[in-house]
Amino acid sequence: MAIPIIYNIRSVRARWTSTIVAVLGIAGTVGVFVAMLALAHGFKATLVSSGSQDNALVLRGGATAEMMSFVPLDSVKILQDEPGVAHDGSSPLITSDVVVVAPFPLRATGTDANTQIRGVSSNVLQIRRNIKIVQGRMFKPGLTELVVGKNANRTYAGLTVGNYVNFGGGRWQVVGLFDAGGSAFDSEVWCDARVLDDVYKRPNTVFQSATVHLTSPQAFQQFKDAVTSDPKLNVDVTREIDYYAKQSTMMTTLITYLGGLVAFVMAIGAIFGALNTMYSAVAERGREIGTMRALGFGAGAVVFSFLLEALFIACIGGVIGCISVLNLNGVTTSTMNMQTFSNIAFAFKITPPLLVEGVIFALVMGVVGGLLPAIRAARQPVALALREL
Amino acid sequence: MKFGSLIFANLFRKKMRLVLTVGSFAVALCLFAFLAVVKSAFSRGVEIAGADRLVIINRISLINPLPLSYRDRILQIPGVKVVTHDNWFGGVYQEEKNFFPQFAIDVENQRQVYPELVVPDDHWQVFLKDREGAVVGARTADRFGWKIGDRIPIKSAGYGPSTTWEFNIDGIYHSTKAGGDESQFWFQWDRFEEGVPQTFKGNVGWYVLRLDNPDDAVRVAKTIDDMFANSSYETKTETESAFEAGWAKAFGNIEFLILTIGSVVFFTLLLVTGNTMAISVRERIGEMAVLKAIGYSDRTILFFVLAEALIIGLFGGILGLAFAVLAVPVLGRALAGLLPQLILSPQILSLGLLAALIVGMAGGILPGVGAMRMRVVTALRRV
Repeated sequence: MAIPIIYNIRSVRARWTSTIVAVLGIAGTVGVFVAMLALAHGFKATLVSSGSQDNALVLRGGATAEMMSFVPLDSVKILQDEPGVAHDGSSPLITSDVVVVAPFPLRATGTDANTQIRGVSSNVLQIRRNIKIVQGRMFKPGLTELVVGKNANRTYAGLTVGNYVNFGGGRWQVVGLFDAGGSAFDSEVWCDARVLDDVYKRPNTVFQSATVHLTSPQAFQQFKDAVTSDPKLNVDVTREIDYYAKQSTMMTTLITYLGGLVAFVMAIGAIFGALNTMYSAVAERGREIGTMRALGFGAGAVVFSFLLEALFIACIGGVIGCISVLNLNGVTTSTMNMQTFSNIAFAFKITPPLLVEGVIFALVMGVVGGLLPAIRAARQPVALALREL
Repeated sequence: MKFGSLIFANLFRKKMRLVLTVGSFAVALCLFAFLAVVKSAFSRGVEIAGADRLVIINRISLINPLPLSYRDRILQIPGVKVVTHDNWFGGVYQEEKNFFPQFAIDVENQRQVYPELVVPDDHWQVFLKDREGAVVGARTADRFGWKIGDRIPIKSAGYGPSTTWEFNIDGIYHSTKAGGDESQFWFQWDRFEEGVPQTFKGNVGWYVLRLDNPDDAVRVAKTIDDMFANSSYETKTETESAFEAGWAKAFGNIEFLILTIGSVVFFTLLLVTGNTMAISVRERIGEMAVLKAIGYSDRTILFFVLAEALIIGLFGGILGLAFAVLAVPVLGRALAGLLPQLILSPQILSLGLLAALIVGMAGGILPGVGAMRMRVVTALRRV
């Protein structure tokens, strides 16, 4: 026969001070755990959403990042005729990009941080289709005009539509604002590749990368095979989505390692807190337990009852922990992307599975913290417990 | 300590509770040490930066080059003692995760600009004569088990087609400043210049100069930036500490993150001790009333409770910090390449111990005052 649950709920309420301690210990741990995972998750999501399945990124052979890559104009001309490249009417959908970084003052601190400036072909919006101009217009080819990503607009002072900014020895007008759906492009500033070359006094015949839009995601293999077997080309081809996923690994590993360690150590502390609470609960209720045993409740029922109480406390803690970090969802922060040496903005991303993980984590702490005290409760000799003062 | 044995008897009255409370302290202090170590790893560059060094980079960004021809013009500025220049090589040893910084260095001036990075003279002489030579920091040498005489292949990246460059380890350098960067890999700038494609020749990544007098920093920095203003390669000159601070800030607000976690932990810990002390005082209320009835003063009773809390804090603190001392080197090895070197300094340890004692004290004070104030008659009448 089971002991009624209402007994546990009432006793939790009766000893509310020590219950609160255990609840807060678990809530703090779960909060940190979920926040760390949300950070890693958000960073990864930002980079992964930058790439799409049906785009292929072409870099110089051996280059691991755009910054280190060189694709000459001759190669671009060959690339656009390879099989698998989508066309709009007669023109191939390929953008050859020039990437530089320039410092702009951060709104928050006023200090300069590096922003990635990407010179693109004028048909880029047909290739990177997740990008929409939401204010103003696209830059006109041949003019020193800029369109800025929505995070760049939010992070840096002066990058608002209509403003003029100076960098790289040129004077530029911001003419549009684009939304890249929270991807890495949102932290970038775009302009005409040829104009960027001119302003930076770079040769017009060298690009950092080329991105082609494929006729379908399945056409990737065909395109890759054709490109890698072409003796005139020395380039590597990656699916755009894989390139960006790989960029995120170093940062997410760091956050996951450190966050995991912090959460693990905090969990030990929280379990100690729960153990303490449950042991004193058992110690204070010696006579009650003895009475229940004398009434005929079995040892199993007592263990189950106390375990339930621990789980109840843990569950409240878990839920409070999750709720308290919920408003972090969507908060943007930024860090340096070591692959591009430029600032990248990303948001905490708290998803339902993450919250479920948080509550499960709390319940595990509850079981570990509640089992031993529950067993002790059940093993107390009945006569001795009843005689206790 | 005539009450010593009484306090200890009380401490050990519930052994399990003692273990758990000391354990909570240990865990929190261990976490404190980890967080403090990571924070200091990010800010160390600023702390140990040379006060008399200036870093000159391209105004556009660190990765844009500067012409080598600037060198002689910088040297002519009064107050400049010596100038060195470096290039970032950014090569890959075996695989990408084996990251460590590789610099093509100006062998003539490197040691004058960075006197705290010491290479034994005989190593240096071999290195100077060896075109394919390299000098590596002790930390990186340990990490990959390199010894003098080893031949190391490194794949270049970012300078034209990727090629494999082979280097002989001729020397190992150490830092005389605690926490100095011992992870760099140096090779001769001349070899770099010779090996890279035409477009990269004649350029350096950045200059570092040493001043005769650190007070000249602002004037010299301004002179340099003015000198190259409106050229195609404008410069940005900063003190080494300002440069490092900008670098650390670029990673985001780590300080805020660590402070937030740290305060959550300490707040929780405070609740745990306060609660434990409250329970143990509640259990012993009758005994304390007896003590008071036979003539112990209120203050002595408060002293008993506080002493107990402080002893728990002290032991928990020592235990947690001792564990951190053992665990930090292991953690550092696991995260090599991702984080700067992790160092557990005596300051962190003493700050941690102080925090443990303060939290113990704060946790004991409410129950202690409660015990001090209780009325003997009421307490004795309770069952």
